[in-house]
Amino acid sequence: MTTVTHAASPTDESTQPSPPTTGWRTRLKDPGSWAEWAAPLGFLVMVLIFQSLNTTFLSLGNIEAMLAAAAILIVLATGQTFTVATGGIDLAVASTMTFSAIIFGTVFAAGAPVGVAMLASVAAGTGFGLVQGLFIGRGRITDFIVTLGGFSVASGLALVVSDGQPTTIIDRFLLRFATGSVWIIGYPVLVAVLVAVLAHVVLFHTRFGTHVLAAGGSEEAATATGISVARVKTAVYTISGSCAGIAGVLLVARIGADEPAANTQFLLNCVAAVVLGGVALVGGRATIVGPFFGALLLTGLTNGLTLVGVSQYYQPVAVGCVVVAAAFLSRYQK
Amino acid sequence: MTTAAAPVRESVLSLTGINKRFGAVQALTDVHLDVAAGEVVALVGDNGAGKSTLVKVISGVYQPDEGDITFAGRKVTVGGPSEAQALGIATVFQDLALCDNLDVVANLFLGQEKRRGGLIDEVEMEKESWRLLRTLSAKIPSVRIPIAGLSGGQRQTVAIARSLIGNPKVVMLDEPTAALGVAQTAEVLNLVERLRENGLGVILISHNMADVQAVSDRIAVLRLGRNAAEFVTKETSTAELVAAITGASDNVVTARAARTGAADGSKGGPA
Repeated sequence: MTTVTHAASPTDESTQPSPPTTGWRTRLKDPGSWAEWAAPLGFLVMVLIFQSLNTTFLSLGNIEAMLAAAAILIVLATGQTFTVATGGIDLAVASTMTFSAIIFGTVFAAGAPVGVAMLASVAAGTGFGLVQGLFIGRGRITDFIVTLGGFSVASGLALVVSDGQPTTIIDRFLLRFATGSVWIIGYPVLVAVLVAVLAHVVLFHTRFGTHVLAAGGSEEAATATGISVARVKTAVYTISGSCAGIAGVLLVARIGADEPAANTQFLLNCVAAVVLGGVALVGGRATIVGPFFGALLLTGLTNGLTLVGVSQYYQPVAVGCVVVAAAFLSRYQK
Repeated sequence: MTTAAAPVRESVLSLTGINKRFGAVQALTDVHLDVAAGEVVALVGDNGAGKSTLVKVISGVYQPDEGDITFAGRKVTVGGPSEAQALGIATVFQDLALCDNLDVVANLFLGQEKRRGGLIDEVEMEKESWRLLRTLSAKIPSVRIPIAGLSGGQRQTVAIARSLIGNPKVVMLDEPTAALGVAQTAEVLNLVERLRENGLGVILISHNMADVQAVSDRIAVLRLGRNAAEFVTKETSTAELVAAITGASDNVVTARAARTGAADGSKGGPA
């Protein structure tokens, strides 16, 4: 029998009431509960399947490669989570990353130290996000239209600034950063984890984070309580831009050059990771752990399919199926 | 204007000669309203009587074109909702302005979260939430339930509890029992009683005469943007109220009252 228990109102000031708990059987029958755990559970199932099909899947070398590949996606998905939490979406995130990477290369090629180039890259992403945020928040233009335009503008700017040519970046510090690790966890992965942890703290332990979720849940209610929804929206697109800037640095470190070609697969995978992570596309409900595992799942899926000999042409089909399944589960979320 | 004598008490909020125009439309004309501490004043009137406009003037959403607002003995200008809140005038609007996705604690402190070291002080906020809800003798199973999981009455409770943050002196409730069932309405009316017991001035806007007569001390009637009447609740009948609201003494309620009176008279008369 399923029992539902509620904490009684405490009679003592110091008593901390516990939230209502529902029986585990009820939770198992509820698809909404599954949606919240889709990414971690899916990741676990995927690991077990691929390890049984190919024992090299969980080798230290492959884990290291997977984590390194996931780092960029984790950072992008973390930034995207903020925009989706307000009920919006940043379609320009991948091209902002490309533009930021080009700024990195341009500043570095001009003779600036690598640290300055890194800061310039993050600043470029942040600035681009801020401009989009102002159009969406202050200008009250639909996020879809603004970021779709932003996608085109950032891609175009990347080509204009670089003249369509990649710049090879040879730097000892950057090489050490790209290849160095703590045990099997590379420095880029540590950066991604740091970004995710910081995002979690901001989203769930600060006033701003509460206001983000409030704006996503009900703009009217948020406004009535004195929250500036325009400011919140401007801020989340700025955060998304900052994350794209950081991802730009990681991209340059990974390939050793600034590549002006549009990285559209990152946009699709980034939104997919967010959906897999159980973040509601309508806004108001978010998690950082979910998209983190969503990014790992998508990276692991591509890696695993390659290891078991599935043609790369089929891989996007598999990713698409996983995302649609996650979106189906999210319909039932409370 | 009809006025029934009311006990003299010092007003915590007093409006005199309030006028408000919207272009060619005169929404409020020379409106007066007084609310004392520990008193529930019901504000009633038909649609378009000016109730909502008056509420918005008091809560700072609109500024009056003419007239004075006196709060706690001094003349004030309410420049906006945040100024009203800072003064000690809290408003619970009809749509409640709650975020369904957030829990009770987050909703209670939305926009005024307690912080410690830059981060939200969840423990302190939870303690304060329980304290507020206990003050109202509220029946909320847990303060960590999302608002979406609460009943209409419980949502209204949360909205009223939120209005008490910052220790206001006056609370305005706009149609608090609209769309609520019998049990939930009783729950909300109990909350109004609690507010009175805690020494707050309460302005209750309602269309429901039964609710108004159940909890109010005085009833102010607006008609076409003017004061039409003011009654002491316990000395007033529904028929008188309806007559004041509609501006017609010949209406269904008074006719029924007359019929009932005539029937009682014939029964009680000699055979």
